[in-house]
Amino acid sequence: MGKYMEMIRIRFLMMLAYRTNYYSGILIYSINIGAYYFLWSAIYGGKENIQGLSITQMTTYIAVAWMARAFYFNNIDREIAMEIKEGKVAVEMVRPYPYLNMKMMQGLGEGIFRLLFFSVPGMVIVSLVFPVELSVNLETWVFFFVSILFSFIINTQINLLAGIATFFLFNNDGLIRAKRVVIDLFSGLILPLSFYPMWAQNIMSYLPFQGISYIPSMIFTEGFKGSQVFEALINQAVWSAILIIPVYGLWVLAKRQLVVQGG
Amino acid sequence: MENIIEVQNLKKAFKSYSSRQGLKGAFRDLFTRNYTIKTAVDDISFSIKRGEMVGYIGENGAGKSTSIKMLTGILTPTDGKIVVNGMNPHKEREKFVKTIGVVFGQRSQLWWDIAVQESFRLLKKIYNVPDEQYEEHMKDVIDTLDIGPLLDKPVRKLSLGQRMRCELAAALIHNPPLLFLDEPTIGLDVLVKLKIREFLKRINEKYGTTILLTTHDLSDIEALCERVVMLDEGKIIYDGPLKELRENWAEGKQIQFQFSEKATLEELQNLTKDHLVVWEQGESDLIWVASVDSDETVISGVIGKVTAVKKIADLKILEISTEEIIRNIYVEGAVRHG
Repeated sequence: MGKYMEMIRIRFLMMLAYRTNYYSGILIYSINIGAYYFLWSAIYGGKENIQGLSITQMTTYIAVAWMARAFYFNNIDREIAMEIKEGKVAVEMVRPYPYLNMKMMQGLGEGIFRLLFFSVPGMVIVSLVFPVELSVNLETWVFFFVSILFSFIINTQINLLAGIATFFLFNNDGLIRAKRVVIDLFSGLILPLSFYPMWAQNIMSYLPFQGISYIPSMIFTEGFKGSQVFEALINQAVWSAILIIPVYGLWVLAKRQLVVQGG
Repeated sequence: MENIIEVQNLKKAFKSYSSRQGLKGAFRDLFTRNYTIKTAVDDISFSIKRGEMVGYIGENGAGKSTSIKMLTGILTPTDGKIVVNGMNPHKEREKFVKTIGVVFGQRSQLWWDIAVQESFRLLKKIYNVPDEQYEEHMKDVIDTLDIGPLLDKPVRKLSLGQRMRCELAAALIHNPPLLFLDEPTIGLDVLVKLKIREFLKRINEKYGTTILLTTHDLSDIEALCERVVMLDEGKIIYDGPLKELRENWAEGKQIQFQFSEKATLEELQNLTKDHLVVWEQGESDLIWVASVDSDETVISGVIGKVTAVKKIADLKILEISTEEIIRNIYVEGAVRHG
């Protein structure tokens, strides 16, 4: 366990080494939230609510979705791809730790850093500027944190899959980019899933993506109530468990056919 | 003494894809691809005993790095058996890599953006090194490699020589009984090279660390290794003491004369006509090189006859360098046994 804690600490240090990224990140997220706020105000145009969400809930949904994204989002897919392309994976393989777990911990380090130093101050700024409604219900907060932890796990597993695919494709920038768009769209980051047509909602309910953004945001905005919350959390937990299988399977295959590039 | 590395009939073959020519070929490549099977390591066997320092040499693409990668558990062998430190490197990877240290000269294993000591701290945790052992052992390593002042600098700000010394220290944090060095002195200046060699000798003596070293710089091998394993096209072409290799290949010596006045070929040949000598002019007409057999009477005879007649400013006896020997071996493609 010690090595994982240490890895999280190292990630913190690395994030601090790139301060400019950090500042520009806050700016970009604020602009995004602002843009979506104005877009949605135009769409609502005085209407009380659309699809059961009021304009305040909608703003909160958007703000929370982006702030949660700061936590679950990471670039380990690109990092893995880079390490494979540059042959650095050789160095990782001579270290006595499970590579994938360590990558996940690096992602977690990055996530915690951004949650503390990015989402929290960002949320304060956003709630001063826009009409965001933060819940006062402790339960909601607890469910929300459990839920974004699952978001992180699901998103990271998908990232691992995309990253490991480099072992077979050698150059998978396209795949990684496509994956990012699919996640942004199907996870409910850009548009709450309840706004999609029924047939699309049906398909998406069989996919893991809603567990990444839609579920935690709906929990936070109290769009889910009572047993819906538990069903949503169970859905996330089940996907977190199911995704272990393809990640592990692909990894076993990848190790077998590992070719270290160069030298 | 027990064998720390045992390799039997080790093989590694890669599929390598080739692209067809032209646009039409590129389209065909989308559906079916041509490939050839390339054997990088072809049926090699050797063993290394505890405490040995072995040089692993070969031209580029001879299969050195591939075999090191199999020995360290990075690559799976296509065929054959490897036992290192009593384990199968690939099967028991996590347990196995705790017992080895690896330095890849061309890849850093320190974290680029953070201070060296943070990397050390992380590695200490990863290898589960107890505090006392770390303090005692690493203090020694840090002092010998003289990297104390570098510890709080981020790796990206270090020079190559500084980084390499830190890499070496990082590979030794858990004081492994076996150390793999893949071109550890590539691109380093003489002083750093000497320091690294001295250090390697020291840990070999102090802890009995077994060292397997690949390098293109043969002076490294000469300074450190008694035994060399030479690879060519995936096969071992020589495995034995460096001394023997020298003795069998370095026939003859060169005597370099620097005269204080002009000398001519004819004159010199006349002087030494009793011995078998090949004269060659050096950089100027004052410098002449005599190639002779490695025989004491011949050498002293030639020197005596020449110096009796001609005044000399300088005299050197040169041995054929290991580098030349290796080059000769590769040109001939096999090793003669004496």
